[in-house]
Amino acid sequence: MAVKKFVVGCFDQEQVLFSAVKKVRSSGYKIHDVYTPMAIHGLDKAMGLRETSIHTAGFFYGLAGTATALCGIGWIFTSDWPLNLGGKPHFALPAWIPIVFELTVLFSAIGMTLTFCYLCQLAPFVRKHHFHLRSSDDMFVMVIECAAKTNQEDVSAFLQQCGAKHISVQQAETGWWLGTYDKHRAPFKEEGHSLF
Amino acid sequence: MASLRYESQVRPPLVEGTKDYHQITEDIVRPIESNPSKLWWVGFLLAVGLLCFGIYSVYREVVYGIGQWNINHTIGWGWDITNFVWWIGIGHAGTLISAILLLFRQGWRTGVNRAAEAMTIFAVLCAAQFPLWHMGRVWLAFYVFPYPNTRGPVWPNFNSALLWDVFAISTYFTVSLLFWYTGLIPDLATIRDRAKLKWRKFMYGVLSLGWTGSTKHWQRHEALALVLAGLSTPLVLSVHTIVSFDFATSVIPGWHTTIFPPYFVAGAIFSGFAMVQSLLVVTRKVLHLEEYITIEHIDVMNKIIVLTGSIVGCAYLTELFVAWYSQDRFESWAFLQNRVNMFSPLGWSYYIMMSCNVLSPQIFWFRKLRRNVTVTFFMSVIVNIGMWFERFVIIVTSIYRDFVPSSWSIYYTPSIWEVGFYLGTFGFFFTCYFLFSKFFPVIALAEIKHILKRSGEKYKEQMDPEEKESIEAFADEYAHAH
Repeated sequence: MAVKKFVVGCFDQEQVLFSAVKKVRSSGYKIHDVYTPMAIHGLDKAMGLRETSIHTAGFFYGLAGTATALCGIGWIFTSDWPLNLGGKPHFALPAWIPIVFELTVLFSAIGMTLTFCYLCQLAPFVRKHHFHLRSSDDMFVMVIECAAKTNQEDVSAFLQQCGAKHISVQQAETGWWLGTYDKHRAPFKEEGHSLF
Repeated sequence: MASLRYESQVRPPLVEGTKDYHQITEDIVRPIESNPSKLWWVGFLLAVGLLCFGIYSVYREVVYGIGQWNINHTIGWGWDITNFVWWIGIGHAGTLISAILLLFRQGWRTGVNRAAEAMTIFAVLCAAQFPLWHMGRVWLAFYVFPYPNTRGPVWPNFNSALLWDVFAISTYFTVSLLFWYTGLIPDLATIRDRAKLKWRKFMYGVLSLGWTGSTKHWQRHEALALVLAGLSTPLVLSVHTIVSFDFATSVIPGWHTTIFPPYFVAGAIFSGFAMVQSLLVVTRKVLHLEEYITIEHIDVMNKIIVLTGSIVGCAYLTELFVAWYSQDRFESWAFLQNRVNMFSPLGWSYYIMMSCNVLSPQIFWFRKLRRNVTVTFFMSVIVNIGMWFERFVIIVTSIYRDFVPSSWSIYYTPSIWEVGFYLGTFGFFFTCYFLFSKFFPVIALAEIKHILKRSGEKYKEQMDPEEKESIEAFADEYAHAH
């Protein structure tokens, strides 16, 4: 995990942030991320992030649930232990619909939530670098990654011009994904490798 | 200032006063960061006391057996299953508010959804206790789940409505919990980032799972919430449908009616919203959140109460009509003799149900009463009493006089331990709710912030003034044209 330098600009208005994102991108700087206190519709598009496929994953988890329920009940009631319930057919599909439906929903919900936590690196005791504490309160925090040749003063001045209220330069360790993992501040000691 | 998303001036603001993002955080996090009031302690200890009584009642039932309750032949279900259906019905409002109203893009849900979802989870936990302890030999309760076992293997009956119920309720609980908690993560992160005390920073740090508020994470978060809402919408309808199947798939007169699923779902929403009203009317006052849970929110929920109450009333009348129209002697007996006849042993309960559920909510046709906090609180309690009696009527009056007069049971009254168990679930429910209101934000911070700039009072005033004029022009034109 490389330690990298970031220029951090804080904005207090969404409108200013939106135009700043466009300006920063068209000037060729690389936005590491924008941290916001709430979801801002359209910001992902402005930043050029691709659409998430978490719903597609949810569909397949759901299918897995349907298959598990149908195969499980089908096998149990027709082959493993066929119960004679008033002489009714063993393969009683209509009576299984409720459980098949419930398991579809259950698998899909649990699978999607776990996928969400995995992709966003969400787990108890994971400590990440937080660029600005007020990014969960009222500030929109844009973080620009500095390459070797980047002049930080230029970037800072540029952010100032875009309307940032507060600018700082920080060093942070990049994680294996968009998030970062700060092993020095981890509550337990594990040398050499991160939690994941 | 132009708004990010246009909203009509006709709609009243959902956040009153001059708020900005920081002020919202301050207002909602304040109860968490300050010490609880004396009133909180009184309420909390009262709830814990009730819970202890409940635990003792359950202890009696486990040690001495089901005979501690006054259930008998033919009233095998009595108070226990009445309470089960009542609690599970209450547990429907939260997911309805958060899921169905999310799909319908109802902005007002943001003020009430978090507390309602929490309430849902606690109510479902309360509900689950009743069939569990009713099993008698509760240590064998895991038999209801299908797993490879050394008894054959013998599997549960997948064609039985009771097993569907096991799946429906456990799925509903899990999905509601996931939905609630994923929504909470960003708000817990807000508390973590503000925390000055070390233990608070640690606790909320662990609970918020390392949330940063990255745009990509928000994008996934929104997608997840939307799909979970899409999944929960049929789920929430299915749960009470399946609970109603417990009755409707039987052959007991008074139970085997096809009207049960929609009737139960409407009743569940009805009682759930009533419970949300009871809790939020008090919560907004005690935690000073009147600007977030506004009279507008209460008004809207009262409209839902009068709608669902009337649907339920319609179902009651339909049942009576069908009992007469079917010319089935047993069906007519169950309805016209055991229920409608006021002088039959349990006839009074039918009239409590009718007056609380059908007649009294009709006062909410009046705007003035819908917007009155005291009336709302009073009515919400009345509705929940009525809904409890609905389940009592359905369960007890249908089975206390069955096909064979020699087995007709005597007038049913619960034992103190039956009542204690019920009170204990109240204790559990309110203990959880008190802890929730102390340690978690009762309003979804990030979601309120999300709607602030299009529904906040301060921002609505600044929003496109030309529309105000066109509304007046429109109203004028409309009045002349009609």
